[in-house]
Amino acid sequence: MSNGRGQTERREMTGAEMVVQALKDNGVKHLFGYPGGAVLPIYDEIFQQDAVEHILVRHEQGAGHAAEGYARATGKPGVMLVTSGPGATNAVTPLQDALMDSIPLVCITGQVPTALIGSDAFQECDTVGITRPCTKHNWLVKDVNKLSAIIHEAFHVATTGRPGPVVIDIPKDVQFAKGIYTPPQTAPRTSYHPNLQGDMEKIKAAVALMASAKKPIIYSGGGVINAGPEASQLLRELVELTGAPITSTLMGLGAYPASGKSWLGMLGMHGSYEANMAMHDCDVMLCVGARFDDRITGRLDAFSPYSKKIHIDIDPSSLNKNVPVDIPIQGDVGRVLEDMVRLWRATSKTDKKVLYPWWEQIAKWRARDSFAFKGNADVIMPQYAIQRLYELTKDRDTYITTEVGQHQMWAAQHYGIEKPNRWMTSGGLGTMGYGLPAALGVQIAHPDALVIDIAGDASVQMTMQEMSTAVQYEAPIKIFILNNQYMGMVRQWQQLLHGNRLSHSYTEAMPDFVKLAEAYGGHGIRCEKPGDLDAAIQEMISVKKPVLFDCRVANLANCFPMIPSGKAHNEMLLPDEATDEAVANAIDAKGRELV
Amino acid sequence: MNAQLQPTGSAYFIAKETQLPESHTLSVLVDNEPGVLARVIGLFSGRGYNIESLTVSETEHEQHLSRITVVTRGTPHVLEQIKHQLERIVPVHRVVDLTVKAQELGHGTPLERELALVKVTGTGDHRVEALRLAEAFRAKVIDANTEHFIFEITGKGSKLDQFIAIMKPLGLVEICRTGVAAMNRGQQGM
Ligand SMILES: Cc1cc2nc3c(=O)[nH]c(=O)nc-3n(C[C@H](O)[C@H](O)[C@H](O)COP(=O)(O)OP(=O)(O)OC[C@H]3O[C@@H](n4cnc5c(N)ncnc54)[C@H](O)[C@@H]3O)c2cc1C
Ligand SMILES: Cc1ncc(C[n+]2csc(CCOP(=O)(O)OP(=O)(O)O)c2C)c(N)n1
Repeated sequence: MSNGRGQTERREMTGAEMVVQALKDNGVKHLFGYPGGAVLPIYDEIFQQDAVEHILVRHEQGAGHAAEGYARATGKPGVMLVTSGPGATNAVTPLQDALMDSIPLVCITGQVPTALIGSDAFQECDTVGITRPCTKHNWLVKDVNKLSAIIHEAFHVATTGRPGPVVIDIPKDVQFAKGIYTPPQTAPRTSYHPNLQGDMEKIKAAVALMASAKKPIIYSGGGVINAGPEASQLLRELVELTGAPITSTLMGLGAYPASGKSWLGMLGMHGSYEANMAMHDCDVMLCVGARFDDRITGRLDAFSPYSKKIHIDIDPSSLNKNVPVDIPIQGDVGRVLEDMVRLWRATSKTDKKVLYPWWEQIAKWRARDSFAFKGNADVIMPQYAIQRLYELTKDRDTYITTEVGQHQMWAAQHYGIEKPNRWMTSGGLGTMGYGLPAALGVQIAHPDALVIDIAGDASVQMTMQEMSTAVQYEAPIKIFILNNQYMGMVRQWQQLLHGNRLSHSYTEAMPDFVKLAEAYGGHGIRCEKPGDLDAAIQEMISVKKPVLFDCRVANLANCFPMIPSGKAHNEMLLPDEATDEAVANAIDAKGRELV
Repeated sequence: MNAQLQPTGSAYFIAKETQLPESHTLSVLVDNEPGVLARVIGLFSGRGYNIESLTVSETEHEQHLSRITVVTRGTPHVLEQIKHQLERIVPVHRVVDLTVKAQELGHGTPLERELALVKVTGTGDHRVEALRLAEAFRAKVIDANTEHFIFEITGKGSKLDQFIAIMKPLGLVEICRTGVAAMNRGQQGM
């Protein structure tokens, strides 16, 4: 029985009813799942209502990535429901993916009846044991009277502090049992209370340090996206106020618009020359919601050697983890940026002339045009394909997801993301097969938007079956496959490190993606010539069905620029220098010994 | 040389460790709920941290709080990470590095005690010698017949190590140790 605010009073119901009620009370509109014996009572409840829409996937991994895409594109938690045993183990990859990328994901698993736990019952597995290291927290619910409070707590834990995945494991007898449902409360457990507000003294010191900088840089990350669109707005204001250049990690793309004048492009292993050189030479670095990942820092002892560093992060374990910083500020990016912007306005009137020499230097680095590539009139270059895709879709309401590999890096380099929550990619775990189901999740959240998965031919085959889900739910996702016949990223590393011995990185039996699309009930397009590309992309956009776009690209293109293993930011390998010989020798004996 | 035998390259960068490892004693206050110990232990094994000693027991019954005492070894940087990683676990209330705290309070090191039960069998000279040494170590006899003693001994880990080493040639057959219990001196609580 709902009261005015859509929340129920305490009342008696079965565990299965409680699950659905708790989802409603936590504002859930969609969940992604797959049934099985241990969750049938919950499915029965789902059947008898329509406030929460269930999306039936084809594999539990797909449910997880779809929920992740949904979460990233909306800022709300993604929800998945799977059965015990194999259902739960299939959920492990997306759980770990969400953990690495700080995505709020609530996963409900069925479990064998309480009395049978530990007896090797049919489809039993130790779900809380298996998922303990790949969740922020998990619960095995043995008492129906605790169920509703646990589900509310699970949503709270998943979405607050550093967001992450949670698992609620519910034995079948608990789903049948009757107990008292309690509505969500604002009194969470005493041991969990993430601090949001930054230390004011440190924030003051940070503002003063930024104001004194002659060569500042802002390095932002996924934490800004996690903190919500207001945080991105504040970041943009701070960039404007300080006049500092800004770069971002793969996970933070869109927080600052790629068309913005202070934008340096992505940094890191496959980032731009100007971003990496500016990171290396800066005198003050402001890191906002990023975690100094090894794809960013390169050789740690040569990482930005001349700078004082400020780091804003909500998770104390991220501070000083890989790189020692001068001013660590623990808090929510949104809150801390708000303080910084306010303080800056009150105290620091920047003389932007001081930064002119720095911007002149940056202009020289920019002139190297590090994302450049040689065009070809006969063969589609993968970078060109993404450039055309960008030009033909940028003025629409577009969301981009990716798989993992070279195409992912080219997408980050050449598809300019303008807004937060528009870019969904698997960064930390690097999960091939993420992009297609993630696109499905995004499309469910935004039915009228143009949702494109920039895919590789190998990755996309890992979760291809979700095309069937897309057809069922009339989700017109566009799977733009840069088909180079290889696991391109693997082939590139084999060329760099293993004497170009291409061991098992070529897919000799590629499916006919056009026929495959049609078999699923979608639409297939193949394009082989640069001259046909624009028309083919237009066709893809105009088809109101899921599309597999088989874009045949140059088979052996490498992804540059690149910071080779064992090198510093200022030792990047640039595309115009990357001859076969330079590539073969890019990583010297010392670099090879690193692991 | 066969090209295959060349050291392979890698996608990882590994920095040389410059700090020296130290042993620290941590006190971790947790909700006493199923799985909490597995979370703590899993964190240590999963992230490659050392556990030299681990002691757990419920300390505050009404609030369902347990106190876990962990002796671990790592560089100061790793020890700080361990503390923060422990704090991320949802049912963890507080983590105190007792070793750091003792230094801050000017107490040197935290108070640490361990209890051991030590069973020694034998007759004649060995038996007399075992009893004499036990007295010197202030170990209590808690069970005996004509052919064995069980000693209960409390003290620092190093004292227990020494006692056990001495008992070895005198007929030592079984040892059980509790692991370290620790707190800091002074009137201040954890
Ligand atoms: C093939 C491949 C190549 C890659 N190459 C690159 C590359 O060249 N460049 C690159 O950048 N990445 C690259 N990546 C991605 C890389 O592995 C990492 O995933 C990425 O760099 C991490 O981004 P991040 O630092 O923004 O951290 P995230 O993983 O997004 O973490 C966010 C940080 O912000 C914090 N946070 C979360 N919420 C908040 C909040 N509300 N307030 C404050 N702090 C918060 C978290 O605690 C965390 O520390 C690559 C990945 C793959 C698969
Ligand atoms: C599940 C999984 N298995 C293996 C890998 C290792 N891996 C990283 S990139 C890559 C190749 C990707 O090939 P493709 O999808 O064709 O993209 P391309 O690099 O050719 O653009 C592989 C195998 C991975 N990231 N994820």
